[in-house]
Amino acid sequence: MAAPLYQIPGQQAPSPAASDPGVDCMTNARPDGAANTGPDGAASALTVSDVLAQSRAYAVIDELERDLIGLAPVKGRIRDIAALLVIDKLRTNMGLQAHAPSLHMSFTGNPGTGKTTVALRMAEILHRLGYVRKGHMVAVTRDDLVGQYIGHTAPKTKEVLKKAMGGVLFIDEAYYLYRPENERDYGQEAIEILLQVMENQRDDLVVILAGYKDRMDAFFRSNPGMSSRIAHHLDFPDYLPEDLQQIAQRMLQQMQYRLSDSGVAALHDYIPLRMRQPHFANARSIRNALDRARLRQANRLFAEKGRQLTRDELMTIEGEDLRASRVFS
Amino acid sequence: MMTNPVGRITQGQFSYLPDLTDAEISLQIEYGLGKGYAWSVEYTDDPHPRNTYWEMFGIPLFDLKDAAGVMMEVQSCRKTFPGHYIRLMAFDSTRGVESIVMSFIVNRPDEEPGFGLRRQESHGRTIRYTVHSYATDLPEAERGTR
Repeated sequence: MAAPLYQIPGQQAPSPAASDPGVDCMTNARPDGAANTGPDGAASALTVSDVLAQSRAYAVIDELERDLIGLAPVKGRIRDIAALLVIDKLRTNMGLQAHAPSLHMSFTGNPGTGKTTVALRMAEILHRLGYVRKGHMVAVTRDDLVGQYIGHTAPKTKEVLKKAMGGVLFIDEAYYLYRPENERDYGQEAIEILLQVMENQRDDLVVILAGYKDRMDAFFRSNPGMSSRIAHHLDFPDYLPEDLQQIAQRMLQQMQYRLSDSGVAALHDYIPLRMRQPHFANARSIRNALDRARLRQANRLFAEKGRQLTRDELMTIEGEDLRASRVFS
Repeated sequence: MMTNPVGRITQGQFSYLPDLTDAEISLQIEYGLGKGYAWSVEYTDDPHPRNTYWEMFGIPLFDLKDAAGVMMEVQSCRKTFPGHYIRLMAFDSTRGVESIVMSFIVNRPDEEPGFGLRRQESHGRTIRYTVHSYATDLPEAERGTR
C-alpha cells in the first residue's frame, strides 16, 4: 500500500503544550509508531524535575506517602518504579533506547493491608508517568475470568482483558484461578490467555495479582510461567498498632467524625485486644469497629429525644461507644 | 463501463483513501471511544451495497476504555477471516440517536471482484436493472479464500 498522503495528527512533533499525558500518548505507544517521543509532550524535558513537573506524578506519589500509613517497603518499591519510568523518559528524550519495563505485579499480604487501595493508586501513578494510557482499574475475581462450561472461558477472559486495556487489571485472590485438585478446571485456560496477553501486550495493560501470601506462593510454585512474567512481588506487611491508630483517625476524619480524649484512649486499648482475636483483618477490622462505634453513638444520642444536639456532639465518638465492644468483655 | 477504475469498493468512511494503517485505525477508535461510542466488528463475503447487515464478529464492545481492546478484536477477526471484508462500526447509545454513527472498512480481500450490472428484459420495452456482486458467484465455502 502506498504511503498515506495525509498527515496523521500527533504522529510528527507532538505539541509541547499537551497538558494531559494520556491524550496523545497512544499515537506513539503503538508498536509500529516509528518515532517514540515519550508518552506526552515531555519531549523537551531534560531533567528529572522537568519530567515530574510535566507528568504531575510527584503529586500522586506525595499523596500516597501522606495517605497510606505504614507500608514502607511498598512505598519504597513504588518510588523505585516511578524513578525508572522517569529516567526512561529522559533516555528517550536523549535518543537512547528505553525498553518499556514489564510492570506486572503481585501484591501479597494479609486481608485489610491495603492491596486494592494501592492498586488504584498504582494505576494513577502509571497513568501520570505515561506508562498506561488510560489509568483506570478493572478489578476482577475468578468468577469474571473463568467460565462455566467448555468454550466459555476464553471469550470471558478476553472480554475482561479488552476492558482493562490501557489500564490496570487487578485480579483479587488470584490463586483461585488454579485449582490443582480438579484437573479439568477451566482456570488453567484463563491463566494461559492471561500469560499470552501479559507477554505480548505489555504496553497495553498492567496486570496485578493479589492474594494472601502463602496461597499466592503456592500458586506461583505451580505456575512458574506466571511467576517469571511478574517483575515485582510486593509484600504488604501487617500494620503496627500505632499505624492502625492513625488509620482509624484518618478514616474518622474522612467521615467527618472525631474521637474525644476518652475515645482516643479507648481506641488505644481496643486495637491490641482486637489484634489478638481471630479473623483480624487489619484496617478492615478497624473500619468495622468504627462503624459499630458509630452505631452506638447514634443510639446514645437517639435516647435523648428532647434535647437539641450540637454539631460537636454529632461529630464526637466517645470512649463509651468503643468500650461497649465485646472485645473488652 | 468502468466507473471505479481502482476496483475497490467504497463503503463507509475513508473508503476513497488508501487503507488505514493500524495506528490510524487506533486513532479513529480512540476518537469514537472519546465520544462514548461502543465499537463492534463485522465481516462479510458479499459486499453488495444493499447488504446492510454484515455478520457480527463477537458481541459489540461496550465499556471499553482503550483502542487496544478493539484492535485485539480486529486482529482476531483478521486472523479468522483474512480474505473477507471487515468493518468497524461505532454505536452511539445516546437517547434519540441510538444508531451507528461511524463505520469504515479495516480489511478487504486482495482481489476485489466488484459488481456487474444485469439487465432483465421485461414486458414491452421495460428493462429491469440489478447490481450483481461477483463475489457471490463462488460457492459460500470458497469465498474469501485468497
